[in-house]
Amino acid sequence: MNLLSLHTLAPLLKLCFSGNPLVLLTASGLLLLASGMPACLFSRTSNTGQRITVLLMGTGSAIGLTGWFRAVSAAKPFFWMHPWSLPWGTFSIGVDALSAVFLLPILLIPALGSFYALGYHPQSGHPQSGRGLEFFYGMLAGAMLFVVLARDSVLLLMAWELMAVSAFFLATTDHDDPEVRRTGWIYLVATHTGTLCLMALFVLLRHIQGSFNLAALPANLPPPLPATLLVLTVIGFGFKAGLMPLHLWLPGAHANAPSHVSAVMSGVMLKMGIYGIVRLLILLPPLPIRDGAILLALGALSGILGMAFALGQKDLKRLLAYSSIENIGLIIMGIGLATLGRSLHRADLIALGLGGALFHVWSHSLFKSLLFLNAGGLIHALHTRNINRMGGAAKGMPWSAALFALGCIAICGLPPLNGFVGEWLMYMGFFRSMDAGLGAAWPAAGLAAAALAMIGALALACFVKLYGVVFLGLPRETGGAAPHDPAATMLIPMALAAAGCLFLGFFPQTVQPLLQQAVLLWTPSDLQPFPLPDSLVWISRLALGLTAVIITVCALLFARMRRQAAPNAMPTWSCGYARPTPRMQYTSTGFAQTLVALFAPLITPHIRLVRIQPPFPKTTSFETDVPDTVLDRIVLPFFRLTGRAFPTLRLLQQGRIQVYLLYIILMVTGLLCWVDFFR
Amino acid sequence: MNTALLILFHLILLLAIPPLLPGIINKIKALAAGRKGPPVLQLYYDLFKLARKQVVLSQTTTWTFIAAPVVTLTALLIAGLMVPFGSFPAPLSFTGDLILFAYLLALGRFFTTAAALDTGSAFEGMGAAREVTFACLSEPALFFALLVPAKMSGALVLAELLHAPLTATWQTAAAPMVLVAVGLFIILLAENCRIPVDDPNTHLELTMIHEVMVLDHSGPLLGLILYGASIKLFILCALFLHIAMPFQAATPLGNALLFLIEMPLTAVTVGLVESVMARLQMRHVPYLLIAAILFCGFGFILLVR
Repeated sequence: MNLLSLHTLAPLLKLCFSGNPLVLLTASGLLLLASGMPACLFSRTSNTGQRITVLLMGTGSAIGLTGWFRAVSAAKPFFWMHPWSLPWGTFSIGVDALSAVFLLPILLIPALGSFYALGYHPQSGHPQSGRGLEFFYGMLAGAMLFVVLARDSVLLLMAWELMAVSAFFLATTDHDDPEVRRTGWIYLVATHTGTLCLMALFVLLRHIQGSFNLAALPANLPPPLPATLLVLTVIGFGFKAGLMPLHLWLPGAHANAPSHVSAVMSGVMLKMGIYGIVRLLILLPPLPIRDGAILLALGALSGILGMAFALGQKDLKRLLAYSSIENIGLIIMGIGLATLGRSLHRADLIALGLGGALFHVWSHSLFKSLLFLNAGGLIHALHTRNINRMGGAAKGMPWSAALFALGCIAICGLPPLNGFVGEWLMYMGFFRSMDAGLGAAWPAAGLAAAALAMIGALALACFVKLYGVVFLGLPRETGGAAPHDPAATMLIPMALAAAGCLFLGFFPQTVQPLLQQAVLLWTPSDLQPFPLPDSLVWISRLALGLTAVIITVCALLFARMRRQAAPNAMPTWSCGYARPTPRMQYTSTGFAQTLVALFAPLITPHIRLVRIQPPFPKTTSFETDVPDTVLDRIVLPFFRLTGRAFPTLRLLQQGRIQVYLLYIILMVTGLLCWVDFFR
Repeated sequence: MNTALLILFHLILLLAIPPLLPGIINKIKALAAGRKGPPVLQLYYDLFKLARKQVVLSQTTTWTFIAAPVVTLTALLIAGLMVPFGSFPAPLSFTGDLILFAYLLALGRFFTTAAALDTGSAFEGMGAAREVTFACLSEPALFFALLVPAKMSGALVLAELLHAPLTATWQTAAAPMVLVAVGLFIILLAENCRIPVDDPNTHLELTMIHEVMVLDHSGPLLGLILYGASIKLFILCALFLHIAMPFQAATPLGNALLFLIEMPLTAVTVGLVESVMARLQMRHVPYLLIAAILFCGFGFILLVR
């Protein structure tokens, strides 16, 4: 091993003292990777190891954030390469604005989640699974950091696999449950199908370029190549991002993982798929307009159907998982618009599409982690994931309720929070493509704007339902202890994520320079770059004004109501009905029924209705469920069918070595003949 | 005229006129039915009365219930500042405000429906479910309707989008504008919960949308809601008028007067529609809204030629 010789050490030392932010980022990545190891050294029932792990995660993230600030304030890309003794590639890492955008969630969310786990998943309460969870949790965070830093496809694939496999072990933390094992397997198959496409992609890139470096491809590739590369990129990274119809692993894995793991998977890991697409698309030669339109359509499909599926869910975490698919759809729509802009040489569409998409990457990682962490507290307090059995939780859990409401407003894309800003940028792009001279592209953009409006309205329906059914009204199931707010260790990370949502919503202009730099990487050098609109300042002012007015008026109203003489609390007036019960409230399923029925041809809800026949009917029941169309109606039946068909091939398996050798001889002879006859 | 005066004019219109519209609609409905009807100023009287009343809250409710009317009204007022009345510029306009306009209406909807669920009553849940369901169809229609003038004017500012060049637009692209105007009128009826989508005067809560959501609000809170509803009607009527009425007077003042005549006429139209039509069955309302999407969508497609 020459890894430690002076020859290789010298450039390393030189790097360490050069003030390069990559040193800090690499150190942070290594610290995150190793952060779970101390936990394994302590006893199963002691929380000490977990505390050290949290400390290491915190330190790693703090070091990484320092490096991140240096990289961002330097406003230039950094790159470092070192040969290694592996047969392929080099250890080359780099950070530019695009990496910086995706680094921020990696440095923030996992650290918040590990702190949250002190209250949510303490080692002493989970002697069997706790240490493994902490080990792979750090591994996942570190691996994602290296995915974003890697500038060499072999290194990227290694980090990618480490990430995918750690996520598998995290998603199957509670592997005593057969359902968890089942969803874990589905995840493993899906992620490796994606990896297979990525391997093909990187082999092709290597074939074209002669090296594993991630560098721009020549513009004059022969016809089938650009399309093949695009398809491999979208499928390979799309599996991880959860783009419909490649999302089949996502709802199950998110629902069955511990909540802070779901938060990291949904808030950060899905974005690695987006990162891959954003990074690879600029390397490809200019794409035809068709490809941008296809991305737009894929994004709109993910958005609308993701939300339609979410509306039909009864499981709190499955609902949030489907909403992640919707948000990934929104991000892909932004990327599609930017791709259109690249094909049409329009800097404004690139800036608004990509700017919106990247802003939404941040927004989604903040509000979705907030909601998943909150869901964890709810599940602890109410001991169920079924929304239809919850209700009235706000009375006992006021802090959770307020934070959850904030997350819901943000995720619906409503002003004054961060969700609105990203969508606003995308809308601006779609509306700007209305002007003349865009040929066939502008009807596509117009349709996309209407689709975005529909996605927004569906999200509003879904999250009003979620907040209302879970937190408002009366508890649907009486009995058991009253729910209460979770411990401070769990509330503080939620509050920090909420503060992030507020900050990005109130001051979106602060991140404008970084987004601008990232957009520049996408803008071809012969185009005049388009500055992101100054209206962000207006949005900021209005958001602050709106909030100030609302708070003032509410305070005045409260003061007035406190002064009033007569008692002001009465039971709800149920239109004169004398004996209302909590069971008469709308359930989640009832609330969404009309919308689910509207989308029934696509989301195929399963309704088990018992006909009431005799004059004195017995107790009867009614059941509805929205299974995943792609997974439960297409992929699994297909696998079952192939599982039944393939055993016939066992005829070939004689179990004798001579027969197998005969096959080899026949095969080789056949191939030789084929070469002779057809070449 | 200087800017401050114009803003004052806009504010007076936005704050003072809206409660008149429901009064006109109800008067027309009463006259069409051969009744005398409540006074045109009835809503003003109601608002004054409600402002002095005490608040009764349901024991089930939380802060959401009290915050909802305030948030809704504030959002609507800010949205109202972006719509020009007549040919005077709107006090608040910046690039991309049309999207904020649509999303402020949505913010109001989020809180109104959340407050309805806050009471834990089946009726209010019913209203909330209908409101958000129908919005899923009227929202894309509204954006199609905004895309057509955006395409024709090349502007991304609501005030510019709705301004004078629309007269020229009617001459060059009348067909899309007619389709959009029809679609927008359906959206206007649906968003303001008028017949044929909703019946504000029915005596059966099972059949209502907006009124049933606010059953438990009382006193000043109910006042804020009623006032907000009239402002929403006013704003959407103004939006509709800009697109549907291609007439222009020579001077800004003339335009303002024209606006003041057109606005009550729109209320009269809504009243007449309510007088001659019955409310649709709830399960048929989505078809009407899909028709609105199709009207606006075809208007958009006609521009593609």
